[in-house]
Amino acid sequence: MTRAPEAPLLSVEDLHVTYDTPTGLVRAVRGVSFELGREKLGIVGESGSGKSQTGRAILGLTAPGGQVSARRLDFEGTDLLTANHRTMRRIRGAGISMIMQDPKYSLNPVMTVGAQIEEAFRIHSKASKQEARLRTLEMLRTVKIREPERVYKAYPHEVSGGMGQRIMIAMMMIPEPDIIIADEPTSALDVTVQLQVLAVLDDMISERGMGLIFISHDLNLIASFCDRILIMYGGKVMEECTAADLGQAKHPYTRGLLNCLPSLEGGHDELPVLQRDPSWLTSPGVPE
Amino acid sequence: MLAEITLRNWLLAEIPQSKSQARCQRVYISWLAFRRNPVAVIGLLIIASLVAVAALAPWITASDGLELHLSERLQAPGSEHWFGTDELGRDIFDRIIWGSRITLYIVALVSIIVVPIGLLVGTVAGYIGGWVDTVLMRLTDIFLAFPRLILAMALVAALGPGLENAVLAIALTTWSPFARIARAEALTIRNSEFILAAQVQGVSTAGILLRHVTPLCLSSVIVRLTLDMAGIILTAAGLGFLGLGAQPPTPEWGAMISLGRQYLIDQWWVPTVPGIAILVVSLGFNLLGDGLRDVFDPKSGG
Repeated sequence: MTRAPEAPLLSVEDLHVTYDTPTGLVRAVRGVSFELGREKLGIVGESGSGKSQTGRAILGLTAPGGQVSARRLDFEGTDLLTANHRTMRRIRGAGISMIMQDPKYSLNPVMTVGAQIEEAFRIHSKASKQEARLRTLEMLRTVKIREPERVYKAYPHEVSGGMGQRIMIAMMMIPEPDIIIADEPTSALDVTVQLQVLAVLDDMISERGMGLIFISHDLNLIASFCDRILIMYGGKVMEECTAADLGQAKHPYTRGLLNCLPSLEGGHDELPVLQRDPSWLTSPGVPE
Repeated sequence: MLAEITLRNWLLAEIPQSKSQARCQRVYISWLAFRRNPVAVIGLLIIASLVAVAALAPWITASDGLELHLSERLQAPGSEHWFGTDELGRDIFDRIIWGSRITLYIVALVSIIVVPIGLLVGTVAGYIGGWVDTVLMRLTDIFLAFPRLILAMALVAALGPGLENAVLAIALTTWSPFARIARAEALTIRNSEFILAAQVQGVSTAGILLRHVTPLCLSSVIVRLTLDMAGIILTAAGLGFLGLGAQPPTPEWGAMISLGRQYLIDQWWVPTVPGIAILVVSLGFNLLGDGLRDVFDPKSGG
């Protein structure tokens, strides 16, 4: 549960994502650096802090109009910034994959569940149709779906949200990527189902020794699920700490976020409002 | 009666017991919605009888519509010849029946050519966007800018008259609205999360277009196709009338009007009957298309 000693899977150094909009340049990500080994890294931040943009930039799927630049963006020795389309396609799915927020929108409504998972598998392997079907059913079983034969033939509207997200996990895991980016994978789900889905995700990651980037705005969830945490604000990394040390975080932004969380013991009449300091954006890191 | 009631109950059961039952229910409920529109049902009846007549032509007709009986030329409609005979003594009823096969042949061939072209151009333009979109859509605009019949005439004049060339010419003038519809659908689909999910998996652009975008464009294209059928039939008849489509003695309705028009005053039935046939069939396709739009289009509610 410590940082991997061997060479990191993914190194990001000084990543910038900029959008040229009619009202001027929007700097969504400004100079984010981190390394990822076979571990679970959490990225927390409020809406618009650039956490999802970081995930997309790694996959080379920044929306049109966005400019990505970095001193280094390196996945197992491949420079993702200069890689051509073909290389990127091979990396997507088989190297780095992403689990998206809402299974309602991220599964194709007119394709059966089985066909979608199978497609994900067959892009990256030369398996026969028969073999792909067997692997798909096995994968559905792995994500704890009962009656995989029935679900295989079902359409996305016929499955529940929690099931949909587990199907999504199966779809993204079946090409056996080295890194999974989970962009708020449980935000659209019921609280009761969240833990179930996270348990599935956790099992698969530790079993296969992958790297995980877990993007969320839920501090508690990330603290309990991840090994290491990046706290982002305004497109910059404010602080990096291990999950266990989150309680001792020093940056005023992190402290502010932690203070905003209501605790079961009560004690607050009124939750404190986070006071933002513009100087955080100009001088990142823990102020002295 | 009892069997019918139970069948209806089975089709409208709140909780379907099997997948096939659910599927039958879906079809049945669509049919119920369709049935509430009497005009659409008339359209369906017209098209169904057109297909039936075309399929059963050898059993309905006494001749193949090409036999000449010069002694019986230009006879008025009666019990012998229901719709009369033309200037060469051919039975007009038989020719109309055989002509329905040609009409269906044109309509089917044009659809087979037009739908793939429209879908390909439209989805590529809408999904890829940028300069590809601009080039393809301006090309579509050029085809849209021409009056249909004039462009088809120019093409047939270049290719040479004949049924196959007429079909090609009609197809080349008909694909543009389909490209527009497919593009509009692709524009909304390309921003969907499931397209991003496919990209994340490393699906190629061709794979996304073929497996993810096209199936979702199909329903609106099909509705548009039924509505366009009337236009296709009219253009085909127009080309036939001008002598650029099917060539005599083929019993194509437009060509029949063209040959019969000199008898309009004294033997009115010679050009009128094929004219009515064209009118009825294109009306049928229009009514059917309208009804299908109401059933298929999720945006119109219901």
